[in-house]
Amino acid sequence: MIIAVPAENQSLDSAICQSFGRAPFFCIYDTESESSRFIDNSAKEASGGAGIEAAQLLVDQNVDALITYRIGENAARVLKAAQTTLLKAVNLSIADNVANFLEGKLPSLDEIHSGYHHG
Amino acid sequence: MAEDITIAVLSGKGGTGKTMVSVNLAAVAGSATYIDCDVEEPNGHLFLKPAMLSQEIITIGKPEVDNRLCDGCKICSDACAFKALAVVKKKLLIFPEICHSCGLCYTLCPQGALTEVPQSLGVLYTGHHEDLQVLAAEMNIGEPSGVPLIKALMKHIKGGLTIIDGPPGSGCLVHETIEHADFCLLVAEPTRFGEQNLALVHRLVTLMGKPAAVLLNKTTGDPNPSEAYAKANGLPIIASLPWDDELARVTSRGALITEESGAYRQYFSTLLATILKEAQRA
Ligand code: SF4
Ligand code: SF4
Repeated sequence: MIIAVPAENQSLDSAICQSFGRAPFFCIYDTESESSRFIDNSAKEASGGAGIEAAQLLVDQNVDALITYRIGENAARVLKAAQTTLLKAVNLSIADNVANFLEGKLPSLDEIHSGYHHG
Repeated sequence: MAEDITIAVLSGKGGTGKTMVSVNLAAVAGSATYIDCDVEEPNGHLFLKPAMLSQEIITIGKPEVDNRLCDGCKICSDACAFKALAVVKKKLLIFPEICHSCGLCYTLCPQGALTEVPQSLGVLYTGHHEDLQVLAAEMNIGEPSGVPLIKALMKHIKGGLTIIDGPPGSGCLVHETIEHADFCLLVAEPTRFGEQNLALVHRLVTLMGKPAAVLLNKTTGDPNPSEAYAKANGLPIIASLPWDDELARVTSRGALITEESGAYRQYFSTLLATILKEAQRA
């Protein structure tokens, strides 16, 4: 199973980024090999649908689950179409969140905020 | 007023008296056109109370996909600058409220799977107040950009004198409005905040190479940061409009001061003549 987590820094000790679409990196964690890697979030400076682009990036990485504090409705629509499981992050490091996830302790992410508006 | 001339009244953030100035200028302009470009919250009609309103729905093209033709190649979603498209499991997802209708995706799709379907963007209203033609448009909530509505409004400029009540701010709507103007009248309040707004809009009109002048609104005897800005930055001061309780009262009940006070009618007529002289000189 492949898990994605928005990351402030390229380290498992890093905090989870508060934002999804604008996170600097994503941690891609493979539960089978217990290995992790970090990818740049190409959407972080996007104008327009940053959440959509970030979600597309994760879908292209064949991610099965996303652990995040929040997500916008557009990004959620992309990830749900890909049947990605959305989980609510707890205020701990990436590694601790992954551990919590593996123990089935993370609640599913239900509140989805509406997209932002720009002119 | 034989010449074709378009004057944009601008102010940065709202609340400076921009609409009050625009509608009163328009009211003394005789046979002219007034265009309210605040497509998010048009309010000029509250003052001009135009008769015989006609409405026209303005549409804009957004993509629709034929799933039988789309093979999920991602060419369109990779190319969309606004990220309004995504491909999941070989299926295209479209986000119309992010789409800016640039038209690129239709031309790129190798399968011919995308078609442009008109969707309502907002409504354009036309009416008249005596000899004045009054135009306004209101954008549907949630649209990403009102620029196409402003373009639709501008198509109605029919020559002669046109007074545009500009949108607030200094973003792309204001940019689109200034494009069509021959002369910009900036309305500024005598506060630090007013000065900052004035500086933003002044920079924009200067960048776009449009002649401009400032009307100092709500002046008192006190030091005026907007006046200081204009003097320091070579922005001509076309007139001052002193703070006046009566003006504020009349405006707040949605009336035109030029229709209630001879002195103000004279003031705005003179202001309009001065603007036209400045604009022709520029
Ligand atoms: S029309 Fe332009 S903005 Fe809209 S989806 Fe197509 S490429 Fe993107
Ligand atoms: S370019 Fe055409 S075929 Fe390719 S994903 Fe887009 S709509 Fe589908």
